[in-house]
Formats: sequence, structure tokens, C-alpha cells
Amino acid sequence: MFGKDYMLDALEAISRDIIEHEEELNHLDNVIGDGDHGTNMARFARIILRDLPELKTNKDNMGEILQHVGMRCITEIGGSAGPLFGKFYLQAGMIKIDNLEMEEANLVAAFEEGAMGVAHIGRSTEGEKTMLDALFPAVRAMQQALEEGHGFVEILQAGAEAAGKGVEYTKTIQASKGRAAYIGERSIGHQDPGATTVMLMLQSMCRTAATRSAGLE
Amino acid sequence: MKKFINEPENLEAEVARGMALAKPGILRQLPDCNVMVRQKLKTDRVALVFGCGCGHEPAPSGYVGYGMLDAAIPGKIFSSPTPDMILKGIREVQTEAGVLCIIVNYTGDVLNFRMAMELAQMEGIAVDSVVIADDVATQKNKSVGRRGLAGVVLILKIAGAEAEMGTDLYGVKKVAEWAACGLRTVGVACRPCVIPADGEPSFELGEREMEIGMGLHGEPGVVRCEMMNARETARQMLELILLDCNYENSEVVVLINGLGGTPLMELYVINEFVHEYLAEQGIVIYDTMIGNYMTSMEMGGFSISLMRLDPHLKALYDAVAATPVIRR
Repeated sequence: MFGKDYMLDALEAISRDIIEHEEELNHLDNVIGDGDHGTNMARFARIILRDLPELKTNKDNMGEILQHVGMRCITEIGGSAGPLFGKFYLQAGMIKIDNLEMEEANLVAAFEEGAMGVAHIGRSTEGEKTMLDALFPAVRAMQQALEEGHGFVEILQAGAEAAGKGVEYTKTIQASKGRAAYIGERSIGHQDPGATTVMLMLQSMCRTAATRSAGLE
Repeated sequence: MKKFINEPENLEAEVARGMALAKPGILRQLPDCNVMVRQKLKTDRVALVFGCGCGHEPAPSGYVGYGMLDAAIPGKIFSSPTPDMILKGIREVQTEAGVLCIIVNYTGDVLNFRMAMELAQMEGIAVDSVVIADDVATQKNKSVGRRGLAGVVLILKIAGAEAEMGTDLYGVKKVAEWAACGLRTVGVACRPCVIPADGEPSFELGEREMEIGMGLHGEPGVVRCEMMNARETARQMLELILLDCNYENSEVVVLINGLGGTPLMELYVINEFVHEYLAEQGIVIYDTMIGNYMTSMEMGGFSISLMRLDPHLKALYDAVAATPVIRR
């Protein structure tokens, strides 16, 4: 079981990875959007890094931490990514976790809730070249890994791998949502920056879980 | 870049304070943000909220006042306001009758407003929205729909007047949607604007080129061609509108909107041809609005909007309004 410490470590890893990939995300967005996805996500990531000590002392409940991150997405990212990632964290934070520790099933449920929230607010689904093309396959892979009785590390690994495949899939399809939709067929061949960010987040979470579980043994 | 500004990072806040100082009898700026509300808030009628990026002045705050908006939410330069700011505005002006958000159809604006509306609903505020997508240069059949352009200003006038009559939330929404059914806009640009933060032009256009159908932030249009004179430009633009919507035997309002870098002189030249052309088509012009109603900083270009009127819409169009920009 993972607790608040894991979540804060994972948020730190996610933030650092986003900042590290700022240029790459901008570049991906430059081709099919307005080229500021990396800058916007990195601005949010820097705020989260700044917030971490306060979250460590003032928040016990994991739902509250996720809600805090969601509100930061909304206020700091801006554009379309702000409400979409914000909805993901806000909705993920609504799942009921009975104690301060999170079980595998809670993690998968949080991801599922979050993904449904994004689909709802974006009035979108898979195949439209958006972050959902990474998120939905990741949720399905994580559900399957959970059913097979795997632990945190394997579940997150399955999620990260599925998200990676989803990112590859976005290269093959035409955008029908967001700004990229206006360029139509010309969006084919380019990977979606939002889906890429989802993949990065899962990879960071997976790495954090692996480090942690190695330390626990 | 030659602009009379101070530090780019303070730009949005300085614009808001400058507008509020100019019309203290009408506007009140909320503390620690750029949200603008009416001095005298409604108590019992539907409140109207609209927002768009900074750089489109006098939109959105110039339309706050009796007969139009209750709150205007400006974002940063060319970006949608964020949900926390929209929520601040909604909370401030909410009434028992509810709040109607008017949204221009850009993905960012739609998502940020949707998120804000969800948060408002969780607080028990009755809130609904109308999305305006008047740009004939973008296709209808795409799932993202058409972009919104300057035509939204006419919708703010109509919906604002209907709200002042005491109509309920559903009714105000339906009237706004009905007016939007008969609303079409097409834009043209001949010079980009420069984004203050990075000093880069918003798009590239050759010295002798223009682009018909370009969006408010330099989004691609339908035709890029050699610069044409006013008559030919307006003719092509009106043809696009009339191909898209049948205005035969209708009475319309014409809005000729400057993007910020095209002088009124040129807009009047355009208007002469617009009147001549529409008369030939048997379209009756009830009124013409000419000016910088929704700009793109110093972008060179303009847009033409037509909105069909019926007797009810005509009365709403003529109804009393007291905002910094539109007074009746």
C-alpha cells in the first residue's frame, strides 16, 4: 500500500520530468497547435514543486492533495490543457479512500474517474488525437493488471506502456478536437502533445513506485 | 516592435485598470484580478457573463453595463480566461434567476467556461451557456465547429436586452441562440499583430498579400491572395457569407469591425460597397455599426457580420444600453 509520501514523491517526479521535457512538448505543439504546451505545463510543474513542502505538512487526505493539484492546473496551465488536466486531477481526487493509504484498486479507480472526467468536459473520446488516446488505453491496461493481481509497480508499468502505444497511435490519425482539428489532414504524422504528457506522467509515477518498492524490500 | 506599453507582464492588469478608471460610473473592477462587473448589479434578472483574451479591446469589458454584460472576464493576451477567474465573475453577479455565459467558439474558451460552470453548479448557482460560432471561413461539419468572431458583440446586445426584460434563463438562452442562427461573419487580414511577450508577429504574410477568412488570432483562413482593393475584397467576403446563409428579403444589421490596425476611413470605404452590394441582393439594412468592436491589437484587417432581424430582435437591438462602448 502506498500513502501520502508516495503521492508527493510521484508529484515531484512528474513535475521534474515535465520541466525537463518543456522544449520537446513545445516542439510537438508547434506543429499542430500554438506551440506553448511545454511552457504552460512547466509553469504548472514549477508551482507544484513550490507547493510540495506545504502539502506535506498541511494535507493528510490524498483526495485533498489531488484536488489541490487540479486547482493548480486550472489556474496555472491556461489554454485547453488547463481545464483538461485540471478535470483529471479534480475528478481523480473525488474517489473515496477510506484511510491514509491507497490500495492498488484505489489507484486504478482514481485513473478511471479522472479519464472519464476528461472525456466528459472535452465531449471527446478515443481516436480524436487527444490526451484520451493515451489515457483510456492506460486505464484499460491498469484494470487488467489489477485483475491479474499485480502490485503498484506492474500496474503503473502496464499503464505507462499502454500510454506509450497510445502516443504512437496519435501519429497515425487526424485531429478532430482542439486547435489541431483546423489543420485537418496535415495533423497526420505528428504525435499529440497532450497524450505525450499523459505518458510522461505515468512513466514518472511508475519510476517512483519502483524506487519506493525497492526501498521497502 | 513599437508599442506604447510598460512591462509586458503587467499589460493585462494595466489595461483593466485603465478601462475601469475611464468609466467609474459604469465599471467596477474586482480586487486582485481583471474581472470587470457593473457598478449597479442586478438583483432579480438573469446575469450575463462573457470573456475572451486580452488584446481584443474594447472586448470584453467595454460591453459591461446596463442592457448588456454583468461581468466581463479578460484572459491573458490572446488566451481564454481561466476557470477560477470566470467563477469569480459568476459568483459576483449571480442572481436567483441564474447566469448565462456567452462563449466564443475556440476550444480553450469552451473548455475553460465549461470547467467554471461545473464549479459554479457545485456551489448551487444556476448557470447555462451559449456558444457563438459565426465564422463562415471555418467548416460547420468539423466536430469542433466554427470559430467565433466579432459577431458575438451583436449577440451580447440582444441577450443583454432580453435579460433586462426579466426573461428567465432558458428564454434568454433561446433568444441568443435564435439571433446566432441568423448571424454570419467573415474576416480578412493584411498585416499581423505582434505578441508583446515574445515580440513575434502572429503570422507571416507577404508585403502584397492578404488572407480572407483569417481568425482573430491569425488562424488560417480560406484564401491567401494578392492584395485587392476595398470593393473586390468586400465582394468576395459578402459572397462567402451569402453562399452560407440566405438573407434574401431579410432585414439585417451590418457590423463592420476593424481589427485595430485598419483606420475607420477604410472601414467607411468598405461600407459604401457593402450597402450597394446588399441592396442589389434585395437585403435591407436596418442599421450599420462601424468601428473597432473586437480587435486583434494592431492587426490590419476587418470583418463583416450580418445578423438577421425579426420584430422581436429589432426591439432588442434598439433597447436601452449604457456600456462604455455601446449606448442607446
